[in-house]
Amino acid sequence: MTSPVRIAQLSCGPEYSGVQQEINEAAKSVNGEIFFPDIALKDIIKNFEEFGLEVRSPDLKLAIARAKALVEGRVDADAIFIATCFRCAEAAIVRNELRRYIRNNSRLPVVSYSFTERTTAGTLLTRMEALTTIARRRALLAREAQQGLTLGVDSGSSTTKAVVMKDNRIIGTGWQPTTEVLGSARDVVAHALAEAGVKRDEIEAVGTTGYGRFLVGRDISADLIQEELTVNSKGAVYLADRQHGPATVIDIGGMDNKAISVQDGIPGSFTMGGICAGASGRFLEMTAKRLGVDITELGPLAMKGSGNRVPMNSYCIVFGTQSLVNALAAGSTREDVAAAACHSVAEQVFEQQLQEVDIKEPVIMVGGTSLIEGLVHAMGELLQVKVVVPRHSQYIGAVGSALLASGFVKEG
Amino acid sequence: MAKIFIYPATSLILSDLVARYGHTPLSSATAIRERIQTAGIESVPLQITPEEPKKGLKWAAVEVPSGVRGRMALYGPMIEACDAAIVISEADLAFGCMGCARTNELIKYLVREKKVPRLDLNYPKSEEEGVRFVAAIKRFLAEQGGGK
Repeated sequence: MTSPVRIAQLSCGPEYSGVQQEINEAAKSVNGEIFFPDIALKDIIKNFEEFGLEVRSPDLKLAIARAKALVEGRVDADAIFIATCFRCAEAAIVRNELRRYIRNNSRLPVVSYSFTERTTAGTLLTRMEALTTIARRRALLAREAQQGLTLGVDSGSSTTKAVVMKDNRIIGTGWQPTTEVLGSARDVVAHALAEAGVKRDEIEAVGTTGYGRFLVGRDISADLIQEELTVNSKGAVYLADRQHGPATVIDIGGMDNKAISVQDGIPGSFTMGGICAGASGRFLEMTAKRLGVDITELGPLAMKGSGNRVPMNSYCIVFGTQSLVNALAAGSTREDVAAAACHSVAEQVFEQQLQEVDIKEPVIMVGGTSLIEGLVHAMGELLQVKVVVPRHSQYIGAVGSALLASGFVKEG
Repeated sequence: MAKIFIYPATSLILSDLVARYGHTPLSSATAIRERIQTAGIESVPLQITPEEPKKGLKWAAVEVPSGVRGRMALYGPMIEACDAAIVISEADLAFGCMGCARTNELIKYLVREKKVPRLDLNYPKSEEEGVRFVAAIKRFLAEQGGGK
């Protein structure tokens, strides 16, 4: 067994929130080991003063001092996990500044998280898995071209996707809503294989990602089972042909959103989550249903309207839907409502998540929602950049999996 | 003899001073000892159980950070039980670090609201101030019926 990835924890309060054990458990399940950088009292005062952020909380002063010790190499670590209480303004400032400081001054992968007392190990798992992957598998993530004949499956919360790739080209795809996890995965794999005109036993390596990655991975004997943060960022820069230099990947999913700051194809810092379904693809599905159009028609419809004419900016899917119904009842056009829904989702992702990662161009949007033109347009307006949506962006997880899995193709 | 809440409640020096004058110091050590010595708590050596933030709702509402509520589950009962309090402001980290500034603000407010005899002092910055600091604490503890 490989030695555990040493994850330094910078925090203020998880033990008092009752979630420290959950953090430890999440790390342990991906062969990570949480530790608290050990520093002397005189260093705490000195480091904190040198850093220059005058916070009141002693625990945050300690976190700042520990961050400096890590960056300056006085304490060894493979990765850093920053955790502070949700709703604490002072901690939010420190969390953000520490993440930026570490990102700018070291190569250590870092993830930040604001917890509540209800945070569970399951919620943290994907983040911890991404942290340990980046620390452990830099060589695999540096892979720039797909080789051989590989299959990638993305078992997402809303949809399941599969692609077959051969010699750096996509030759077969499969897509369907996720119903029964294994059944959906088997169906999309069958479709992708048929489209590619290859048989399952000809496939040289298989990768899985998404919420169902472990279950599906075991079922189809995957060589690589990987969380979606690293897989999607790799897939995004590959599809957008931006494998070198910085990039920002945004994936607004059915259940949660990911914003990832990428450098040379390797994710550095990322946020994952979402305040509520009001900021997710699910809200756009609901909107399409209420407007009586297919989800594929929502984007073009939104492009014909203006979101400014309809008040809609709720974090909650229930209240968002209420605004939508009220607007329609007050005589708003379907086009304006569609545009407002897209703007609302983009605005909330912008406010809640994109503030936590450094936005560097190109901004690449991926996942099924990237096909909703109105949403991409709204995000571009908010960020004041031209957002890149690569071809096959809806298959991002499956493509990333197939690409990374080719690291397991045996050279013959 | 009185039950005296000390702030910073993590200060062993202050706790010792109070005990030397025959009073009962209400400090973190006592509150944490209760938790880690209670049978059935699985999270030793963690100082708190996942239940504590819920108990903390008594002192801080749900929109307050969970860490404040967890800490209040430790400090709240001590403030409620105290007959007097010593509050040291601007204390050095070595004197007793109280991790969360927001909790500290609430603790000081609750102690003030309790309207028990209270000694407010700033942490001494020189030897002279240090002597006056200890003398003030000694006087306060004697006034509460304590004596060496």
